[in-house]
Amino acid sequence: MFTRRHLLQSTSSGFGYLAFAALAQEQAARAAADAAPNPLSPKKPHFPAKAKRVIFLCMEGAPSHVDTFDYKPKLTADDGKAAPARRGVFGGGKLMGSPFKFEKRGESGLWISDLFPELAKHADKLCLLNGMHTDLPNHPQAFLQMHCGIFQFPRPSLGAWALYGLGTENANLPGFVTIGPPQNNGGPANYGASFLPAMFQGTKISRSGFGAASSPQVSNLKNPKLTPAAQREQLDFVQSLNQNALDAGGENPEIEGLISSYELAFRMQGELPKLLDTSTETAATLKLYGIEGGRGGGGMGGGFGPRGGGAGGFGQQCLLARRLVEAGVRFVELAMPGWDHHRNLKDALTNSCTAIDKPIAGLLEDLKRKDMLKDTLVIWGGEFGRTPSGQGDGRDHNARGYTIWMAGGGTKGGFTHGRTDDYGFEAVDGKVHVHDWHATVLHLLGLDHEKLTYRHAGREMRLTDTKGNVVKEIVA
Amino acid sequence: MPRFLLASLAATLGWAAPAVAQPAKGTGFADKPTPDQLAFFEKKIRPVLVESCYKCHSAEAEKLKGELSLDTREGVRKGGATGPSIVPGNPDKSPLIKGIRHKDADTAMPPKGKLPDAVIADFEAWVKMGAPDPRDGKAVATAPKYVVDVEKGRSFWAFVPPKAAPVPQVANPKFAVHNEIDSFLLAGLNKKGIKPVGDADKRTLIRRVTLDLTGLPPTSDEVEAFVADSSTKAFEKVVDRLLASPRFGERWGRHWLDLARYAESTGKTANFNYPHAWRYRDYVIAAFNSDKPYDQFIREQLAGDLMRSDDPKVRAERLVATGFLAIGPKALNENNGLQFELDVVDEQIDVTTQAFLGITAACARCHDHKFDPIPTRDYYALAGIFRSTETCYGTVRFVQSQRPSPLLQLPAESAPSAVARKLSAEERATIEKEIADLKKRIAESTDRIATIFPAAQLALAQSKLDSYAADGTPKLQAMGVRDKPARAGGFGAGGFGPRGGFGGRGAGSRTIDDSPVYTRGEPDQPTAEKVPRGTLQVMSKSPLKVKSVSGRLELAEWIASRDNPLTARVMVNRVWMHLFGRGIVPTADNFGAAGQPPTNPELLDHLAIGFMDGGWSVKKLVKRVVMSHAYQLDSKFDKAAFEADPDNALVWRMSPRRLDAESLRDSMLAVSGQLDATPPVGSVVARAGEGPTGRARLGGDQVATAINDPRNPHRSVYLPIVRDNLPEALALFDAPDPSLIAADRPTTTVPSQGLFLLNNPFVLRSADAAAEKLLKGTTTDTERIRAAYLNFYGRPPGEKELATAEKFLHGFQAKLARDRVPAARQERETWAAFCQALFASAEFQYRR
Repeated sequence: MFTRRHLLQSTSSGFGYLAFAALAQEQAARAAADAAPNPLSPKKPHFPAKAKRVIFLCMEGAPSHVDTFDYKPKLTADDGKAAPARRGVFGGGKLMGSPFKFEKRGESGLWISDLFPELAKHADKLCLLNGMHTDLPNHPQAFLQMHCGIFQFPRPSLGAWALYGLGTENANLPGFVTIGPPQNNGGPANYGASFLPAMFQGTKISRSGFGAASSPQVSNLKNPKLTPAAQREQLDFVQSLNQNALDAGGENPEIEGLISSYELAFRMQGELPKLLDTSTETAATLKLYGIEGGRGGGGMGGGFGPRGGGAGGFGQQCLLARRLVEAGVRFVELAMPGWDHHRNLKDALTNSCTAIDKPIAGLLEDLKRKDMLKDTLVIWGGEFGRTPSGQGDGRDHNARGYTIWMAGGGTKGGFTHGRTDDYGFEAVDGKVHVHDWHATVLHLLGLDHEKLTYRHAGREMRLTDTKGNVVKEIVA
Repeated sequence: MPRFLLASLAATLGWAAPAVAQPAKGTGFADKPTPDQLAFFEKKIRPVLVESCYKCHSAEAEKLKGELSLDTREGVRKGGATGPSIVPGNPDKSPLIKGIRHKDADTAMPPKGKLPDAVIADFEAWVKMGAPDPRDGKAVATAPKYVVDVEKGRSFWAFVPPKAAPVPQVANPKFAVHNEIDSFLLAGLNKKGIKPVGDADKRTLIRRVTLDLTGLPPTSDEVEAFVADSSTKAFEKVVDRLLASPRFGERWGRHWLDLARYAESTGKTANFNYPHAWRYRDYVIAAFNSDKPYDQFIREQLAGDLMRSDDPKVRAERLVATGFLAIGPKALNENNGLQFELDVVDEQIDVTTQAFLGITAACARCHDHKFDPIPTRDYYALAGIFRSTETCYGTVRFVQSQRPSPLLQLPAESAPSAVARKLSAEERATIEKEIADLKKRIAESTDRIATIFPAAQLALAQSKLDSYAADGTPKLQAMGVRDKPARAGGFGAGGFGPRGGFGGRGAGSRTIDDSPVYTRGEPDQPTAEKVPRGTLQVMSKSPLKVKSVSGRLELAEWIASRDNPLTARVMVNRVWMHLFGRGIVPTADNFGAAGQPPTNPELLDHLAIGFMDGGWSVKKLVKRVVMSHAYQLDSKFDKAAFEADPDNALVWRMSPRRLDAESLRDSMLAVSGQLDATPPVGSVVARAGEGPTGRARLGGDQVATAINDPRNPHRSVYLPIVRDNLPEALALFDAPDPSLIAADRPTTTVPSQGLFLLNNPFVLRSADAAAEKLLKGTTTDTERIRAAYLNFYGRPPGEKELATAEKFLHGFQAKLARDRVPAARQERETWAAFCQALFASAEFQYRR
């Protein structure tokens, strides 16, 4: 029965206690045990976590599952036959067998198509969720649902919830970073904090700097006029003014908070540019990610749509993601646009997959080498899948069945969970709705999706709304 | 299609068990099972129940779903939320069987995957036998179904009309009572033995009241004049001056715009411009400046179109006021027309009940309100009113946008168009040619997909052309609402209400009518019976009697009435909150049972009654509050008082607080001399016109650039407000997400604010302008520091502060010299760094 403002005031500790106090009782106890005044400081999970951090490789536009990770021999066999009529699935038309060859990969024998020759070498690390489904076969809604759970109302993003639940390991860096998020399909709402305090929202790194000579950009990170030393002098003066205000007014936790937030800001602008500069990595590491000769590793994806492709340097982005999580960032998302392959599937999908194949394989290998894969959850997927029936020489939207894969972070490697029907129209077995997937991601992070709540508009809100079942089968 | 509740097996089938003649007499259940039947149960049924169902439907379930337990015979037979799970002997009629057959995605059980066909056949056979079941024991007790008791609800404090309490007779030799507010507050403090702190000094006081009333700091001349004025009326003179200033409406209008979720785009899934939203913004600012009586303000926003006036200017103003109902977020790519209408109506109910009544009736869309006495029926009584109303918000048919609507046409006497220039004949010809070319391209194309984008461009060009009259003058249009026709065919041609898009299904209502209840909010689940349009029963004496009108005017009258127990209380509480930082009801957004009760109920009612007696004048109310002694208290900390009342709920001091986003930005503009106080005409979104927001290839770059343009000299209330793309200066400092109805803003202190103040181009530019002003006006360092302190803080610096500042200035300039900054620029940059430091300081950012 408390509002944020009330709590803010009743604790008289300003923002420092804001999030703590708003937590449900159990979480408050958990937080109090930490006795940390900063809501972004690391917090204990609800139960021992398998994963400590997340890298979410978000494929905007909805990649085809039947051409990548969901092998459908019957679809190939029945190529050209009329597609069975189905409620809620676009297309009708004729079945279109995948133009790509599938093979069993690794010791586990996961079926992966020829589109991912490099990634396929890591098959034994992957956990395929072949029974994914979502509510609507429409980009904006599904993209928002993938990030925020529901699309009907503004809600915090998955990354914001993770940060709210766990805090961050590096006080000099933002805890939730999103690289190159799209401006449409909900835009910033996909990494927003909504009703959670603003400190939990994602910090955006724009895509424009990748693949070029310059470094990627974060807003307000650099003073265009002053050297860091001159700015330090200026900040010392600011802090002396603030200290005077504090001394004059008696106890004032808000001013104390202000003083410490300036220090954090200053440290952040020193630390973040260093992380953004990937040129200090060895040639071997750069090669691992497919970054060679100044190329960013992976070009643009094809695809139809008002936005089209235009991503550069996916390898650089993957490398940056590793650097960020290594430095203690809790949640990193990278968006790769251009997967909306209504047309020219064969060439366009090949381009899209080629752009990400080596960088992602490099990322998995690098994490493994650094012994970070065991507690870093890597997620790959889009907002839905595509129809097994053809739409000209492409495929249409399909929300009833698609694939997301996860790797590391306590998931079973070389494992397939769930399946679609013989053609790939619809998940029929081991079905995982987006809510279930969210519940599972939080579970791997040691968070109970039913207990990770925040009071807003008169009720305890959660990422999974009133739904969600943890897919225990995939937990190692 | 959105679903709002658990799609659980039991909850989805609202049916009564028909009597089916089958095995055993009486219940139809196999009450005396044979050994074979029991063996069948043990072998085929029980293991499946344990494996696949118990997790959610048994005593071991963490949370029993759908109130259905399947771990006892009684549980199976009693069934769940909506009735028995089995019709003995009849698998086809048994919800349990229907569920496990997975024919309907909403009721499919288990939700994770279909059971093997053989297992389903076993269950069918089992039901045919009469569901023999040896499991004794009670079903898990479920909480009794929640039923709203409206009659009982009427006695809750918030639903009882305000009552005048006698003004307490209190005395405190150290605390002069200025008006009754002080008497009520002092009574509360005395009860707890808390002593108020001393009074604020005059400099603090004038800075406080100027920021609170206008959102800007006082000029140093204003401060000095007040300090020098020793008359007893000195403070009142300041207050009257501020109330009369046009800056008052910009500040208090912005408070209202938070509640009205004001924005210039649709937000949600596909974000499209609202080029005419600014008229509503200007209407709100003007309403507060002219001190429009609050009851009138309510009526105009809900039903301005239905209020009669012979004055075309007044008619235009009232049409614009109804923009309140039209500017909400909308999912323009919703395929189902009925779903879209119900969503728009839901948003209108939400904003109406939250903004005016401080309660959340929208909860009752899918189920009776969990805390407040608002049954679902009441929700649909309101929904009928809004479904009888046409919402006019514009937008254009486009990729991802298939719900355009007409706009309201304003009489010629209304405010100017944001697009001041006429369309020349050449411009018209260019657009017409573009249209012809696009039409040709579309007609010649054989590929449907290839026509999508040209069709969108065509719609955009057509919409641009349509926004001008035949002679090239821009049309005067507004967002707002109007009643639907009383019966079909009442309006002429021209597409009424949102039209279905391609692939669309479901249609909204076209005439004035009552609404059915949509079970769990789902558009394909209407009840047969319609609910008569009306208001919330818990606060009404009798239902509305409306037939051929929507009922909006009647709804507005009901809200804007002395008899409504919430309206005046909610508003005085908001005013109090903006002045004291905390409402008398601390949960300003919730006066219901889930909120908190008032800390001083007598004071709340006293203010509410006084507000209504004073003709619902907001300015009189504000003046009464700021003239109280309590408002003029110091903000200093006091240990004893703090320990007794850490929240300052009883007001023993003035709570210090950070400036809100707009005040902070406006203050920087003001002290640096950059502020252009003339309100701009229209908005950059208006000039961009219809279409998706922020798409460079469609001309949206103009808006994208304007959002964070560091050179914009206008007050923050006039910045473009595009949903999901707020200006950084607002978003970083806790301005609310304009898709949410915000009664109150949180105050966060985060590093990104520090980075903004240290590095952002707007801040640097303002600091530089402030430095320029200082260097022009004064000559010595001491004079300049003094001028800066007076200008930024409203007070002169102390000796020690002077010395610290001088030391910084000298050190910094030397540093710049070492950094090889050209000598000619060193002084200016040093002073800019000094001014920026003052912006970044706590004293500038806080109002004490």
